[in-house]
Amino acid sequence: MPRARPGTSVPSVSSDPRARVSITINGELVEREVSIRMLLSDFLRHELRLTGTHVGCEHGVCGACTVLIDGKAGRSCLTLAVQASGHEVRTIESLAAEDGTLHPIQAAFQDCHALQCGYCTPGMIMNIVGMFESGEPLDLSDEGIRLALSGNLCRCTGYQNIVAAVRKAAESLPAG
Amino acid sequence: MKPALFEYSAPQTVAEAIALLAADPGAMVLAGGQSLVPAMNLRLASPSRLVDIQHIPGLSGISVAGGEIIVRALTTHRELELSGEAHRANPVIREAMAHVAHIPIRNRGTVVGSLCHADAAAEMPMVLVLTGGSVVAEGPQGTRTIGAEDFFQFHMTTSRESHELVVEARFPVLPAGAGAAFDEFTRRHGDYAIAAVGAIVRLGRDGAADKVAVATCGVGSRPMRLPAVEARLIGTRLAAEDLAAAGEIAKDAVTAPDDINATTSYRQRVVATLVRRVVEKAAHRAGQGR
Amino acid sequence: MSTRAFGSRIKRTVDPALLRGEGAFVDDIPLANPLHAAFVRSPYARAKIASIDVSAARAHPGVVAVYTGEDIGVLDREMPLLIPHPSMTDARTQRPLAKDDVYYVGQTVVMVVAVDRYTAEDAVALVEVDYDPLPVEVDIEAAVKPGAPLVHATHPGNVAAYFVQVSGKPDETIPQAEHVTKIKVKVERSTAAPMECRAVAAQFDAVTGELTVWDGTQAPISVRGGLASIFGLDEDKVRVIAPNVGGGFGQKVLLFYPDELLVPMAAMQLGRPVKYIEDRRENFIGSSQERTQVHEIELYAKKTGEVIALRDSFLHDTGAFIPYGIAVAQVASTSIAGPYRIPNIWVEFTAVYTPTVPVTPYRGCGRPQSCFAIERAMDQLAEELGLDRLEVRRRNLIRDDQFPWTREGLLFADGLRVSLDSGQYAKALEMVSDRLDIPGFTAHQGKALSEGRYLGLGLGFYVEGTGLGPYEGGHIKVHPITGKVYVNTGLTAQGQGHETVFGQIVADQLGVAVEDVILVEGDTRAFDWGVATFASRAAVVSGNAIYKTALIVRKQIIHAAANMLEASEDDIELRDGAAWIRGTDRHAPLAAIATATNPLRYAFNDAAKAATQFAPASRHDGPPLDEGQHPGLEATDYYSPACATWAYGVHAAILEVDPDLCSVKIHKYVCIHDCGNMINPTIVEGQVMGGIAQGIGGAMYERIEYDPEGNPLNANFVDFLIPYATEVPNVEVLHLETPSPLNPLGVKGVGEAGCIAVGAVIASGIEDALAPLGAGKFRQTPITPSMIHAALVAH
Repeated sequence: MPRARPGTSVPSVSSDPRARVSITINGELVEREVSIRMLLSDFLRHELRLTGTHVGCEHGVCGACTVLIDGKAGRSCLTLAVQASGHEVRTIESLAAEDGTLHPIQAAFQDCHALQCGYCTPGMIMNIVGMFESGEPLDLSDEGIRLALSGNLCRCTGYQNIVAAVRKAAESLPAG
Repeated sequence: MKPALFEYSAPQTVAEAIALLAADPGAMVLAGGQSLVPAMNLRLASPSRLVDIQHIPGLSGISVAGGEIIVRALTTHRELELSGEAHRANPVIREAMAHVAHIPIRNRGTVVGSLCHADAAAEMPMVLVLTGGSVVAEGPQGTRTIGAEDFFQFHMTTSRESHELVVEARFPVLPAGAGAAFDEFTRRHGDYAIAAVGAIVRLGRDGAADKVAVATCGVGSRPMRLPAVEARLIGTRLAAEDLAAAGEIAKDAVTAPDDINATTSYRQRVVATLVRRVVEKAAHRAGQGR
Repeated sequence: MSTRAFGSRIKRTVDPALLRGEGAFVDDIPLANPLHAAFVRSPYARAKIASIDVSAARAHPGVVAVYTGEDIGVLDREMPLLIPHPSMTDARTQRPLAKDDVYYVGQTVVMVVAVDRYTAEDAVALVEVDYDPLPVEVDIEAAVKPGAPLVHATHPGNVAAYFVQVSGKPDETIPQAEHVTKIKVKVERSTAAPMECRAVAAQFDAVTGELTVWDGTQAPISVRGGLASIFGLDEDKVRVIAPNVGGGFGQKVLLFYPDELLVPMAAMQLGRPVKYIEDRRENFIGSSQERTQVHEIELYAKKTGEVIALRDSFLHDTGAFIPYGIAVAQVASTSIAGPYRIPNIWVEFTAVYTPTVPVTPYRGCGRPQSCFAIERAMDQLAEELGLDRLEVRRRNLIRDDQFPWTREGLLFADGLRVSLDSGQYAKALEMVSDRLDIPGFTAHQGKALSEGRYLGLGLGFYVEGTGLGPYEGGHIKVHPITGKVYVNTGLTAQGQGHETVFGQIVADQLGVAVEDVILVEGDTRAFDWGVATFASRAAVVSGNAIYKTALIVRKQIIHAAANMLEASEDDIELRDGAAWIRGTDRHAPLAAIATATNPLRYAFNDAAKAATQFAPASRHDGPPLDEGQHPGLEATDYYSPACATWAYGVHAAILEVDPDLCSVKIHKYVCIHDCGNMINPTIVEGQVMGGIAQGIGGAMYERIEYDPEGNPLNANFVDFLIPYATEVPNVEVLHLETPSPLNPLGVKGVGEAGCIAVGAVIASGIEDALAPLGAGKFRQTPITPSMIHAALVAH
């Protein structure tokens, strides 16, 4: 197998037109110059190394990439980084305390075995955080929780323990 | 699954946006992006330029005036869904909205964006048709109002000119004494409808329906009213046999070919069922309102 | 002694990191300035490649390299056949990049490497490939008929394999039958659709000559061996890491997917890290699928309902290639008699090439199909004989005193005989009957019918051979500074909670807390020997290997502690991270024992100080290490199962069909299952519930739709309907624990269990609900609303 010759020079950046974005991410203003077609999911993951936001389909169905945009759950794969400029974005990395203590929703997920592979989990949790923080009344019936979770696919758990985790989190969080 | 290259503009005024659209027939308007960006990621859409209208002042908000709910271009589905004012003016909007994708999508996607995307199975275009609403489009030649029936031409095709920007949609308020209902069937919650039906019914003093509007989507190339169904129901007391007969008539509206989610024949069954159930529910609500 | 960890509902130790977003999946691994790969894939199901022009792609700014089959040197070859079997002739596997021919939509033809994935996709669109399309047949029943277009000219009738297995004396028994039930069933094509698509990243260090590959695989050790072989590298210079992996379900164990070879190659050639992050569409058209089988099954019975013989003939769709050999079909054929005695079996299958994505095992691996066939047939038999569905099963279930029940003549996928080792099948059936009040259901159903509601009872019984060999191993070391216990295995996890369940096994033996057991897996540097995570085998095979290893280390600890505490070994007990003289306060912490057993002391830590408080850990003259002795507390051992151990379960549901909308709502779903001793019931339930959700998908929603030209019509999440929370019912899981007599822990596998019976349950439930409308039989999954409509209309 031929190997790279020493000193081989390979380009590093695309020739895409770039734009300056300034986005408040997890409370901190971040300014970067990025390709105008860069998705917010890629911006978070690869420019900022906030890799807790996962990418499952890039067409808006699975919800793995869900973050809070101006406090509301939204798909980072369906949002361009340039579109998010001037807005506030919160990711899964913002939830736990500095010392790692889990947010009540995260703790409820562990208590209820609401995750297995953990890939859908950050998006699922950010959707739930958005729900709790929306100010809207929460329907904690089984059907109500399932409705709120629809829009986030999980392939491991069968959802039942996630429903339980939402209910458990509601015990320690002011609902609505 | 990444978008192809495009140019990006973020105009500050409607006029600027229109100029950008007029200058480039390949340009597309970006509002919430919940239909456009997935299409771009799949490279099913490759606009030469995106005109991001989010920074244009005055394109936000919901108001009720002159018998209409006015929904400005940047209003998200979720804002309209949660608007108490809009709900009081026409409750069918919120009922339909519960079927539009999922909350995170409704948080970002705009109502006007969905109307302009004009998916033949989408809920909000059908609600605009059902209520007899309209959109207001601004272009280089000025402003025009386009009635819903004229606006939706075909699946993902509207009568908006490529250099026009739709600045608002107008949903008429529910007529006094009328009841409305909406329901749809999907295989999975939040997906586009296999068939959806909306109805507005008003009952006369004698208990017979004196006003009936029935619309459907998902069954043909665009959302549509069902005049033959309405004609069969007007003047009747909406008895079981009237509803059943209306449902049978509704089957004729199904032109969608067999697809992976439904055969044509099955879609006919669904639309007939929904016509029966939705009209009955609307009539029940009209009766309660009296 | 503290509470036993084995069997407890201990919270998973891996969760906090995943919950905080600190998981490290392949695309999360920080690499210095990586390049990104994308593929040109065939748009035709079958075609000749007339020409490939990559000049425009190569000239595109930001493109670093473009590879066709001509440019990949030693990789330009057919990939290995993983499990050879005499039933196949000239088994076909694919090349990393297609040459001359393409065999399915999605097959890789050209690889582009560019500065980012966006640019790589731009360049993919610039590659011009000239194809001459060929006729195709994607329907397996049509594909075996004379004159059907061939996928491979070398294989007439598109037959990839043909195999017959016989147990007992079916030919002699069949004439004694008083009743014959014959049905035909079909299960459709599906896919695992893990939430994380496949991903590979590679980095080559030209100074050390080391190739590091991060691969979202279920089999890192095998991948390492393959890479070292094909690239001519020493095995110690190749490190394969399977970090956090977002679900696998069988799809992520194939040697090799093209990218698993091409990405490391590009990294070596280009002198830069290269990554390929499969996107969702690619996962649908480029990564393995499973399920399509058509069974014609015949039950030969006495009037009592006792089945004396079974014949099953089925077609198995293997897609365009057969890299895994006949594994899926073999598992299906050897599971065909389910939990029933049926002493005489004749089963044949034909594996059929179709111009579609290659088929390899997906969670369930042939069992959902065979379970569907036998369970639908048992329902039909009951109906024909006028027997209750439960009663006909009761009369055929293997009795508790009949285990082990060996089906001589049938060889399982591991090449070993089929011997159902243990169970309480009749009790399981009674449990589900009690829980759903099945005896009272008929009255309930009748009352509902009088109100115009159509309720149905669905039932399905399954068995699952689990814990396949050949072996796994474990290495345990007590860390001399912290006293924490490191457990290394050759496996990798995709959410199964290995760190917790293996921790529970070890914690009990060494007297430490589960969180002080640290599992190191998914890294070829962690352990040299191993097979992979698949076939419901981790708890059985690795679990027992680790248990055996823990017993050795336990002995070492007790021996050293007895010396240090100047006590008899019989008086030593291990608990709370220390060795104690039973009934006294005198104890030595594990870290001190680990330190004391190492003749080289570390001077700067508490464990070393503590160690000086005790007598020496070893008593002998001569050099510090006695002959045959090794430093520290450490051991390695292996477990190799004699044959599979058979788990089982029975599912039942009460559902309602709305005949106007042809929709189905599941009101109650109960699962009784038995996987032997449970290490962690919470994790077992998680596996079962997740499996059932996938089963619901297969029963009602998920089907890869190919058009007659072989184009997949729903290669995305909009159109391939994975259930959301709104489509999955609550499930009640009840346990039976019949210990496996075959392994020290008494455990059986559970990974695939949940999904197996669901199709049978849903089909029988819908059939039962719609019987009053004369809707007929439901013998194909997924059952869609359009199919229910068609059944109602046909009446």
